[in-house]
Amino acid sequence: MAFLLLRRLVQTALILLGVAAITFLLLYALPADPARMIAGRSATAQTVANIRRELGLDQPLLVQFWTYLQGLFQGDLGRSYAQKTDVGALIAARLPATLILMAAGIAVEVVLGVFLGVLAAVRRGGFVDRFVMMASFVGVSAPQFVAALLLLYVFAVTLAWFPMSGFGTPAHVVLPALTLGVLGAGWYARMVRSAMIDVLNQDYVRTARAKGLSSARIIFRHALPNALLPIIAMIGIDIGQFMSGVVVVEAVYGWPGIGQLAWQAIQQVDIPIIMGVTLVSALAIVLGNLLADILAPLVDPRIRAR
Amino acid sequence: MFKRWLRNSTVATALVLAPLPAFAQDAPKQGGDIVITYKDDIATLDPAIGYDWVNWSMIKSLFSRLMDYTPGTTELVPSLAEGFEVAPDGLTYTFKLRKGAKFTNGREIVASDVKYSIERAVDPKTQGPGAGFFGAIKGFDDVTGGKTTTLEGIEAPDASTVVFHLSRPDATFLHVLAVNFASVVPKEAVEAAAGDFGKKPVGSGTFILKDWTVGQSLTFERNPDYFIKDMPRIDKFTVEVGQEPLVALLRLQKGEVDIAGDGIPPAKFLEIKNSPEGADIIVDGQQLHTGYVTLNTKVKPFDDVKVRQAVNMAINKERITRILNGRATPANQPLPPLMPGYDKGFTGYAFDVEKAKALLAEAGHPDGFETILYSTNTDPQPRIAQAIQQDLAAVGIKAEVRALAQANVIAAGGTEGEAPMIWSGGMAWIADFPDPSNFYGPILGCSGAVQGGWNWSWYCNEDLDARAIAADSMSDPAKAGERQAAWGKIFTDIMADAPWVPVTNERRVVAKSPRMGGAGEIYVDPTRVINYDAIYVKQ
Repeated sequence: MAFLLLRRLVQTALILLGVAAITFLLLYALPADPARMIAGRSATAQTVANIRRELGLDQPLLVQFWTYLQGLFQGDLGRSYAQKTDVGALIAARLPATLILMAAGIAVEVVLGVFLGVLAAVRRGGFVDRFVMMASFVGVSAPQFVAALLLLYVFAVTLAWFPMSGFGTPAHVVLPALTLGVLGAGWYARMVRSAMIDVLNQDYVRTARAKGLSSARIIFRHALPNALLPIIAMIGIDIGQFMSGVVVVEAVYGWPGIGQLAWQAIQQVDIPIIMGVTLVSALAIVLGNLLADILAPLVDPRIRAR
Repeated sequence: MFKRWLRNSTVATALVLAPLPAFAQDAPKQGGDIVITYKDDIATLDPAIGYDWVNWSMIKSLFSRLMDYTPGTTELVPSLAEGFEVAPDGLTYTFKLRKGAKFTNGREIVASDVKYSIERAVDPKTQGPGAGFFGAIKGFDDVTGGKTTTLEGIEAPDASTVVFHLSRPDATFLHVLAVNFASVVPKEAVEAAAGDFGKKPVGSGTFILKDWTVGQSLTFERNPDYFIKDMPRIDKFTVEVGQEPLVALLRLQKGEVDIAGDGIPPAKFLEIKNSPEGADIIVDGQQLHTGYVTLNTKVKPFDDVKVRQAVNMAINKERITRILNGRATPANQPLPPLMPGYDKGFTGYAFDVEKAKALLAEAGHPDGFETILYSTNTDPQPRIAQAIQQDLAAVGIKAEVRALAQANVIAAGGTEGEAPMIWSGGMAWIADFPDPSNFYGPILGCSGAVQGGWNWSWYCNEDLDARAIAADSMSDPAKAGERQAAWGKIFTDIMADAPWVPVTNERRVVAKSPRMGGAGEIYVDPTRVINYDAIYVKQ
């Protein structure tokens, strides 16, 4: 275990370095000049040149990258071009909201997805199965924007059960988490369904049934744990995805997450913020997968043996 | 003219004190606590740096400047200055500061604060976009060149007197002292903020920033010591950011929000307008704005003036105003109607497909040609670009629409030989101050026709440039009328060369709750968008 962690740590560092290098190069290859975006329209050529120099943009690319890396090693993500403040602080301010939405969204996805998936597998071929499969298909293909507005309109505007927008109380997280959860649950439901069908066809399940165990016990004690492995891998992926921001849902519900920060930064060519957010999400993806790797053997002893 | 300015300052104060006659029926209330939403974060509230339409109006209210404008108009009046004198040669301006005006940290404002603030805005270390506005002040080049950090052209002989020495006459200088970059800041607060003044601003304006929760909200409270009595009208406003315009509108209809700062999404406009409370919700006002298509004079076949004229006749501007829900009027010259110097009698190129075709044939393109039209990619701009595309097709010009992010369009425009045509929507020129010169240099003059410039037509007419310089040297107040006419003529003469197709003058729309009072002009103030000093809650 310790060896695995160490190896993963080294891998993580290398991946982050690679991500930093690629993002950096891509951003500076863009046909957009951050100094001009800051300077605006009335600025003279000299003002633009001065801004470029103050930001270090007149340096060779490799020098700029090296300076950035030096900062990074000291935990400094640089200063935002547009907001003129530390990128680290901007990301930190949005981290709690991002983490809360991530946890709540994944919780809804998993609970709903596993429940529906099991239901569909057990009632395979029946009405429930077909309904769940259709619903999950709609869920995974529905645009987030439409789903978010629909939920907002029904539950916040018409019924007024939840606040329309903002952050701070548990009530605020319900609708954004539901939007993400309901849409994402489709993936989980489909995954659980097919895994459960596999498991339910295996000999030991037949044996359990022959022993006269109740179907609830067969499903939840004997079959489900064996079908959960892919779910854990999916959660790992979702952690990365949610951390890189769920721009649309954040925008509709005025949720102060990282996605909005990234979106604005891209429009303003605010490279330090784009870099910072990219690195944080890359880190989250790596950590999410690491978490899945650590959890998998705990859930499934067969992996431990390997 | 200058005497009139002085007189106007008293008139302006009186106007602010007494309810403006036009909105008397609204019965304004002193006080009130309102909520305003925006989609994007507030970038920075540092007056030397902030330069987008959202923070522009907040900075206006957090800080004060020597000069300002009467709310809702383009009329220049002294603000932090009590009065001023201009030497006959137009090279020396002497200002007397208002007595007893204080920063919100309690310290009285002195003349050296004005000097410090402008030097800070010019200093390259500040990375401010506005340095160039102060180019006429003596010693400017030494500061931007990094030789010194003090402007020799600004003197503070005593605590209440500021003297500016200019290296050349600049008829726009009083406007320059009214732009945000000329806001007066206390040195001690700038230094205490250690590079974070944009998040911890201290000024002497109508409001004080009380709280800023990054990514969520900002709270502004009335400055009780503001030097004009009974201003502002509201006690407090909270800005909520990260709010999708559509949701902001729903919240406004439910009474949770008082002003939806991003206006009404085009798709919702007619629904709101036709709703029973529509008239109470929608306010709009003229901006110093012209939407235009640039025709790149360095790209074939737009190097031929006949082709440019033909394109001017080919575009159906009326139809484009309909795409904008009628909140725009067709334009025929670069200057917007609100701008001094606008020529009411000028008719420009009328929409005439046949004549356009004939001109194209004359220019050797009887079957038209292929070209590219750039546009930004946010609604409704691509739709307008498509309308232009159809109009061009009708005269045989096949234009490919390239809808990109704003930063990429700006980059393409500033690269020589790159973008044949650009529809300026979403990034069009909105004047920094209400003076015609502001519509020339960077966007139509030779100085802007450079790599990374904003003159996307790459139009350079040295004769007009010389006339522009001559007009801006007429700083004698007695010649203000003559100067205005000279500028107006420059812009109508440009149209003979047709580097632009002036398309629309757009009115800006803001959505407000029915309890908010006041005319459209204070919600879409020509010099600052929302005028937080003047808006009020009805009784």
